[in-house]
Amino acid sequence: MSYAWHWEIFLQPAASGETTYLGWMFAGFETTIALSLAAWVVALLLGSLMGVLRTVPNRFLSLLAATYVELFRNVPLLVQLFSWYFILPELLPTSLGNAFKQLNPFLQQFLAAWICLGFFTSARVCEQVRAGIGSLPPGQKNAGLALGFTLPQTYRYVLLPMAFRLIVPPLTSEFLNIFKNSAVASTIGLLELAAEGRQLVDYTAQPYESFIAVTVLYMLINIVVMTAMQRVERRVRVPGYITGK
Amino acid sequence: MSVPRLLSVLLACSFVAATASAAELTGALKKIKDNGSISLGHRESSIPFSYYDDKQQVIGYSHEFMLKAVDAIKAELKLPNLQVKTVPVTSQNRIPLIQNGTIDIECGSTTNNAERQKQVSFSDTIFIIGTRILVRADSGIKDFADLAGKNVVTTAGTTSERLLRKMNDDKKMGMSIISAKDHGESFLTLETGRAVAFMMDDALLYGELAKAKKPAEWLVVGTPQSREAYGCMLPKDDAPFKKVVDAAIAKVMSSGEAEKIYTKWFLNPIPPKGLNLNFPLSDDMKALFKAPNDKAFE
Repeated sequence: MSYAWHWEIFLQPAASGETTYLGWMFAGFETTIALSLAAWVVALLLGSLMGVLRTVPNRFLSLLAATYVELFRNVPLLVQLFSWYFILPELLPTSLGNAFKQLNPFLQQFLAAWICLGFFTSARVCEQVRAGIGSLPPGQKNAGLALGFTLPQTYRYVLLPMAFRLIVPPLTSEFLNIFKNSAVASTIGLLELAAEGRQLVDYTAQPYESFIAVTVLYMLINIVVMTAMQRVERRVRVPGYITGK
Repeated sequence: MSVPRLLSVLLACSFVAATASAAELTGALKKIKDNGSISLGHRESSIPFSYYDDKQQVIGYSHEFMLKAVDAIKAELKLPNLQVKTVPVTSQNRIPLIQNGTIDIECGSTTNNAERQKQVSFSDTIFIIGTRILVRADSGIKDFADLAGKNVVTTAGTTSERLLRKMNDDKKMGMSIISAKDHGESFLTLETGRAVAFMMDDALLYGELAKAKKPAEWLVVGTPQSREAYGCMLPKDDAPFKKVVDAAIAKVMSSGEAEKIYTKWFLNPIPPKGLNLNFPLSDDMKALFKAPNDKAFE
């Protein structure tokens, strides 16, 4: 294969804006991180809430949470993103839809991707939380209630502190996934890391350098997340539950 | 000299000639001969240049030129039964696929420019476009200057995207630029009111306009911001291969066949919906058909 490597391309001034192509990459890198972290906050809060609802002894609430999970877990991520970005504004009352469509495009794209990723991942987090709660011996809940705790107090002080500690490893996977899934936002035009990489190919015709740089930056994010989550895992480990070194 | 002897001499000569020419083959031509097959890169939705019809067959203006080139390659290699494979490509993977040899030639809507020439070579130009804008007929927008402060959409990975961003920087126009994934999505962005204008190659804008629910509601306006030459993409610096392809394209143009192909795709109803693009032959194109060349505009 004949390929002319030009790594110096990253230091050349970019076609627009007062920056280099490396500057473009970092702008995308920042957007990816901001989007993923924001979505992760939504996913964790909403997912925990839904996970709790799935396990409460109330058929209406658990059915509601189950429907939520099935909806957001079974519809492909890309379809969800297009629904939030293209379809929802058309379904809203005209004035509200138009108001959204007149916003700065970056803001529109970021909001749509944020909500989409947050909801999608929350359905997955919900299942982890449910599994965590379900894995506890039933005696724990009964003991909490017998001690005079109300049901919310039992969840708050007995079940959830244990459940969350147990599900740190699968949550780490979800946390890593949200960074990788954030690349779908490039399909609605959000200039995150994958989109900047693609744009670099279009502008410089140097696909390999660009894709390698994008890969390295994603790996960098993942290594940081993994290291941080391993620390969390060690700190919150419940002796006897997760065996480790 | 007796007839059998004459024949044997002739045979011997042709044998020598055949082996000699085979030994001279290099690059793509050699690869095609060795494999007994050629791989054509095509687009899936670049109407009317290279796209699928309703039977998933590749058709289009550029595709016809590519098939002419394949005929010339068959004749050059004396391989009438050369196997032809078609490989769908996107604007993102087409350059790497030429470079790693997955495809031997790509004729779609690929602009020949200086940056790409560092990685691949281009055949003689097959089409020339101007970059303009598609707007709602009642929007009052006449030219690029009217776009200041507005949302404008273009397709990611195109030269229009680059021109638009540069114009925005240079003239401080304060436009918000949306880069959509493909032409269909760009038009959707325009149609749903997210953007007031869609900047793209004029031929492709006519293609989108023809697909609209009410084509009369839309207009292609504005001074062309650039002229661009579409060429067939070839492996870099493969002169013998390029020569065969160029000769085939030049022949189509000089024989008057090119005008017929043009009329077929731009002035007549085309699949899949029987739409007529009504895109008249430009002066640039007339000049190109008279004097085929592989000149890039930028």
